[in-house]
Amino acid sequence: MVTLTAPESTANTAPEARVPESTTVDLAVTSVRELNQAIHNAADGQAWTVTNPGGKHSLAVGIDADIAVTIEGHAGYYAAGMHQKGGVTITGNAGVGLAENIMSGRIHVTGDASQSAAATGHGGLVVIDGNAGARCGISMKGVDIVVGGNIGHMSAFMAQAGRLVVCGDAGDALGDSIYEARIYVKGTVASLGADCVEKPLREEHLAELAELLAAAGRTDNPADFKRYGSARNLYHFHVDNSTAY
Amino acid sequence: MTITSIPAPAPTDIAALGLRESATFDRATIADIQRAASTGVYDIRGWGAKRKVPHFDDLLFLGASMSRYPLEGYREKCDTDVVLGDRHATRPLHLQTPVTIAGMSFGALSANAKEALGRGASEVGTSTTTGDGGMTPEERGQSKHLVYQYLPSRYGMNPDDLRKADAIEIVLGQGAKPGGGGMLLGQKITERVAGMRTLPVGIDQRSASRHPDWTGPDDLEIKIGELREITDWKTPIYVKIGASRPYYDTALAVKSGADVVVVDGMQGGTAATQQVFIENVGIPTLAAIPQAVQALQELGVHRKVQLIVSGGIRTGADVAKAMALGADAVAIGTAALIALGDNDPRYAAEYSALGSAAGFYDDFQDGRDPAGITTQDPELSSRLDPVVAGKRLANYLRVLTMEAQTIARACGKSHLHNLEPEDLVALTIEASAMARVPLAGTSWIPGQGSF
Repeated sequence: MVTLTAPESTANTAPEARVPESTTVDLAVTSVRELNQAIHNAADGQAWTVTNPGGKHSLAVGIDADIAVTIEGHAGYYAAGMHQKGGVTITGNAGVGLAENIMSGRIHVTGDASQSAAATGHGGLVVIDGNAGARCGISMKGVDIVVGGNIGHMSAFMAQAGRLVVCGDAGDALGDSIYEARIYVKGTVASLGADCVEKPLREEHLAELAELLAAAGRTDNPADFKRYGSARNLYHFHVDNSTAY
Repeated sequence: MTITSIPAPAPTDIAALGLRESATFDRATIADIQRAASTGVYDIRGWGAKRKVPHFDDLLFLGASMSRYPLEGYREKCDTDVVLGDRHATRPLHLQTPVTIAGMSFGALSANAKEALGRGASEVGTSTTTGDGGMTPEERGQSKHLVYQYLPSRYGMNPDDLRKADAIEIVLGQGAKPGGGGMLLGQKITERVAGMRTLPVGIDQRSASRHPDWTGPDDLEIKIGELREITDWKTPIYVKIGASRPYYDTALAVKSGADVVVVDGMQGGTAATQQVFIENVGIPTLAAIPQAVQALQELGVHRKVQLIVSGGIRTGADVAKAMALGADAVAIGTAALIALGDNDPRYAAEYSALGSAAGFYDDFQDGRDPAGITTQDPELSSRLDPVVAGKRLANYLRVLTMEAQTIARACGKSHLHNLEPEDLVALTIEASAMARVPLAGTSWIPGQGSF
């Protein structure tokens, strides 16, 4: 059984002024299994608050309802994995594979995220206010990622589609073997990976960057960023590229 | 591989001329060197290892005798069903035959071929498996039991299909290329394939060899936990490994929480891999099974964590031998494609035009398969009628099952799972050492006990 803290009575609240009822799940006394089963059974419009997460793994994974989940504290591996609808906010740090394979919806981490953040994400928005570790956006397939701080090495490795915005610096081998994803970095890039090159920042890029920054609640100036993407030289196997493979 | 000169002179003609072929530099080797020198690129092909390795052919069943009673061949029951994934999953698979269909992608195979696999497998109550590139509606619609592969590329991976799957197979590797990622050349990246994989049309696609968000058994345990949470612990989770260190890999898969371990030997097929990789990396299926079984037995989970073996299964005898060595089920890939119509002699002229021949065709990467199986070309694909091909596969699966039953009854077994190593002997010292059954006519197993 999920141990629930009963929401405040809404009997006296006028319908038009009603805010979503928030159900609190305390992971000090409730299991991760019970939490996830409860949010899998949740109906659109609900709000859930998770307390005492204690770095547990697989928190709020597989959400397929338009609900808002707030995790108050640090989350372990695969927080909000395969997210489909609604939003998850983590007021703390997140472990490996934050929002891995996210399809849509929004994930917000106020602290740092470990490696492979938003790995293979197909859509949606992942906002990390702090830093992200290595392989941020690895194999991304359409997700948008905005990182307030720095990202680690091998980020956007084999990135296929989507946008990665980095307001700090990027580590080594950024965008190695990148396909059609677009990367924007405000700070320095330690090195670019195979087939990843700097590209001109045109009007349409400034516009999409401004949109992404606004969506992430940031005030950075789009004109301060540089754009990186695929040189498309490795799209077809060719013997002359053998040293790059 | 392309046959560069057919027909070759018959060996007798060569001998009559006094010509001596080098065993080291034989004609195929010479052709390989010539091909490498002219193209500057390694040879990429489909199929599995073609070199001769110790295999099920090197084992024999003893059958019943004075001390073992046989079952009546056509009367007494010999069950073939198998339950897969009841260790942790609340919704395990219950298959009517232990012969399953291995993972093959839409992309590598045509939509018609995938549909045919689903139809054939469903008709006899067994499972089929997706591949790199995700799940197609054709496949889901025609497959009663569908195993959804979770691959490093995560092409087309999504939680809706994950929840639709009857089992999830986390792929670490495959026997044709343990340690290698996937490859799908531009000829086969049509608009539909590209769309499913979120890639530009017509590019050479190379998929990753490592998973993007976990490395090693400790991470895998957490990853399996996540997949169980997403599917509410209903769906069985398999872990598939390419046979290289099956003793350790099986033990670690069990430790990581797998319901089922799939071990694929080096004869297992691929749609496109470097020939040097296919022929030189990994170990034979025969050598892998006893190692995997030993790991399961030592952990006390043999028959609790099921073992599926693949790589070179062709006959009911192979099925029975794999199961006697301790497998709970087997998977077929190459043999299933042949049953559908791959390498059919009726396309001899077209194979010849492609520089190959019926029985030799392995250029699955080119997408020009005359049989309409390993292609995305609409005209070639339309040659394969999924209903007719599905029926052929169902026939073949029934034959495999009946053949295995025939052998099991002869050994006095009322279920295929009752076959045991004691029923087997080996014809060669190599097979004896690998399979850990005695050399025929002796009590000797090399490497066990005294010399």
